[in-house]
Amino acid sequence: MAHEDIDAVTGTPTTGHEWDGIKELNNPLPRWWLWTFYACVVWSVAYWVVYPAWPMISNFTGGVIGYSSRASLETDLAALHQLRGAKAAALADASLEEIEKDPNLLAFARAQGRAAFGDNCAPCHGSGATGSTGYPNLNDDDWLWGGSLAAIHQTIQHGARSGDPEARENTMLAFGKDGTLNHTQIVQVASYVRSLSGLPVEQGVDVAAGKQIFAENCTVCHGEDAKGNQELGAPNLTDRIWLYGGDMATLVETITNGRGGVMPAWTGRLDPVTIKSLAVYVHTLGGGK
Amino acid sequence: MVPPSMNVSVKPPVVAVPDEPLYASAKKVYPQRVTGRFRSIKWMLMGLFLGVYYLLPFVRWDRGPNAPSQAVLVDLPNRRFYFFFIELWPQEVYYFTGLLVIAAMTLFLMNAIAGRVWCGYACPQTVWTDLFYAVERWIEGDRRARMKKAKEPLSARRVGELVAKHSIWLIIAWWTGGAWVLYFADAPTLVYDLATFQAPLVAYAAIGILTFTTYTLAGHMREQVCIYMCPWPRIQAALTDEWALNVTYRRDRGEPRTSIKKAADLRALGEKAGDCVDCLQCVAVCPTGVDIRHGSQLGCIQCGLCIDACDNVMAKVGRPTGLIAYDNDINIERRQAGKPPIYRFFRARTVIYLGIIALTGALMLYSLYARTLVDINVLHDRNPLYVTLSNGSVRNAYTIRFLNKRSELRTLELTVTGVPIPTLHVIGEEPAERTIVAVGPDQTREVRVLVTVPPDAQIGSSNRITFEARDVDSGDNATSTDHFFGP
Repeated sequence: MAHEDIDAVTGTPTTGHEWDGIKELNNPLPRWWLWTFYACVVWSVAYWVVYPAWPMISNFTGGVIGYSSRASLETDLAALHQLRGAKAAALADASLEEIEKDPNLLAFARAQGRAAFGDNCAPCHGSGATGSTGYPNLNDDDWLWGGSLAAIHQTIQHGARSGDPEARENTMLAFGKDGTLNHTQIVQVASYVRSLSGLPVEQGVDVAAGKQIFAENCTVCHGEDAKGNQELGAPNLTDRIWLYGGDMATLVETITNGRGGVMPAWTGRLDPVTIKSLAVYVHTLGGGK
Repeated sequence: MVPPSMNVSVKPPVVAVPDEPLYASAKKVYPQRVTGRFRSIKWMLMGLFLGVYYLLPFVRWDRGPNAPSQAVLVDLPNRRFYFFFIELWPQEVYYFTGLLVIAAMTLFLMNAIAGRVWCGYACPQTVWTDLFYAVERWIEGDRRARMKKAKEPLSARRVGELVAKHSIWLIIAWWTGGAWVLYFADAPTLVYDLATFQAPLVAYAAIGILTFTTYTLAGHMREQVCIYMCPWPRIQAALTDEWALNVTYRRDRGEPRTSIKKAADLRALGEKAGDCVDCLQCVAVCPTGVDIRHGSQLGCIQCGLCIDACDNVMAKVGRPTGLIAYDNDINIERRQAGKPPIYRFFRARTVIYLGIIALTGALMLYSLYARTLVDINVLHDRNPLYVTLSNGSVRNAYTIRFLNKRSELRTLELTVTGVPIPTLHVIGEEPAERTIVAVGPDQTREVRVLVTVPPDAQIGSSNRITFEARDVDSGDNATSTDHFFGP
């Protein structure tokens, strides 16, 4: 440099930049810092070569070692399946009853079933399988379509009113909307149904007439004793569990408009072993028959 | 508070020269060979400690077919600790708290009786350093020879000596690490696996690390560990008192120190001459390189080798032995005043330490004896808290883990109390009159248990209930309390 301005106080050269008499000292970066920086530059270039880096029009540069985070995930998943392989195979081979009898298989199936339940069933049935209005509680012993292992397995596989050819299929008729029963009759039969569970009935309602209406219209599915029929998916009307609610207003609404909740078929969505695990899990929640 | 007697023996502090740096480089120590009472004790203790350390993993202990037959084993993969007749599970690690309390109190008690006697005889740093010095003396010769050789230029012979010394040190260090890993697996099997390169990598890594630390600490750092690294000398200084026996130079007898000839001349004239002939043998044998005649000091590890060295010299010059001896600070003062020495081993400090040791030991023995070899852990379902069944009964679900700490299959009966007429059902078991769960040898088993209370039973929204697991054969039982929730 032709001219070098030395700062008088520190003895350090300046960069020549000056603002209102304040000069910038020329303190170069430490060598080690600079070399580290160069090393990082070299490293990053190597990184572009080795790993996927630059976006192209429809693709990207792949890198020489062909790394892919997706492939890495698949390797991990394959390792996991490998790890679970023996037990999963045992689960596939064993019958549902055998699974429940074998403590190891039971623990494995329940763990797998719990995870699958949380992913697939909890949105309707709740994380604790307690259900909610219109969605059955799977912990209790009241089953629409049967609480045996086989029945639960069948329901999960094919669903209810799901459109699957083997789905659970029935219809609670809309007695009011269809004009079969008028409002007074509906109130009468609803009161009768409440009385079956020992619930109080409003003053002045002719329960005997309700009983007559029940015998004429409801016993085909719900049975003469109103205890329901799991072959048809008709609920027991004498117990203390209500799918939609046992209060007067809800019962009137049910009889007037009918009901028809839908459960999807899970065959095709989930693999058979997972469905088996789910059946075991639901059965061992406590209500299984 | 410093007792008044503490001030007597301490040499007046060297006046610091402020211009000099506070840093002083460590002087290399070349301890001389010595024979005598305390050296013999040290040899015996070294043999005992090293023997126990190296051989204990090979001691067998029959625990039946379902448990390992190694007397002392830390079985990390299976989460078990075996010590002869004791088997501990991870839940019982609190016993180690008791062991640590006893260890600390024993150290304090040793300190109250004889100062840093632990440092001088039993500390692994001392034991291994002693062993490494023995190797060094055997190969390179005694103090003078080693000091001379350290200044000489390297010769072929010298290189050979150094290679031999470091090789033997490394072999001892490697063996130290090798013995350590044997406590974590079946020793004979692991020895075979190590030799055939089939042992797990972690075993080789542990051996490598311990080889390095042993070689460094015992071969190179030696007394520096005691002087600069170890916290115990600092703690010890705050815990000691004037009754503790320390290696002590009897100033009253030794001073004024002078040569043998001059002492004889002085005595012939009827004047007082000290017994100390200033031969510096006490300094020459010291493994930490201190001069004990300056009084009790940080570098002194109470090993007593200077006592042996001084006694040998006193015997040769025809003076009574014990010029350097284990003595307490009170007697330093008393001797100077011409009074007879006094000793007191039973005093508040030692009695309290003994009491704590006895109490902790008794508590541990009691809990070890009274612990049941069956246990039960209960976890209530979080969701749902309870289920109302179709007939109005109320049911709660629990996850129960049974622990069988015996090495044989046990049959446990599960019962529950706290709610009216409870019905128990274990998922996966046939419902039966009695709820029976079989748990494999030295295993745990987790089951899902449903407890149902009949309709219209008088239960509140939350009821305290107790589960009991009882061994149907031995009657061994364990209980756990939880809650039963209702509407």
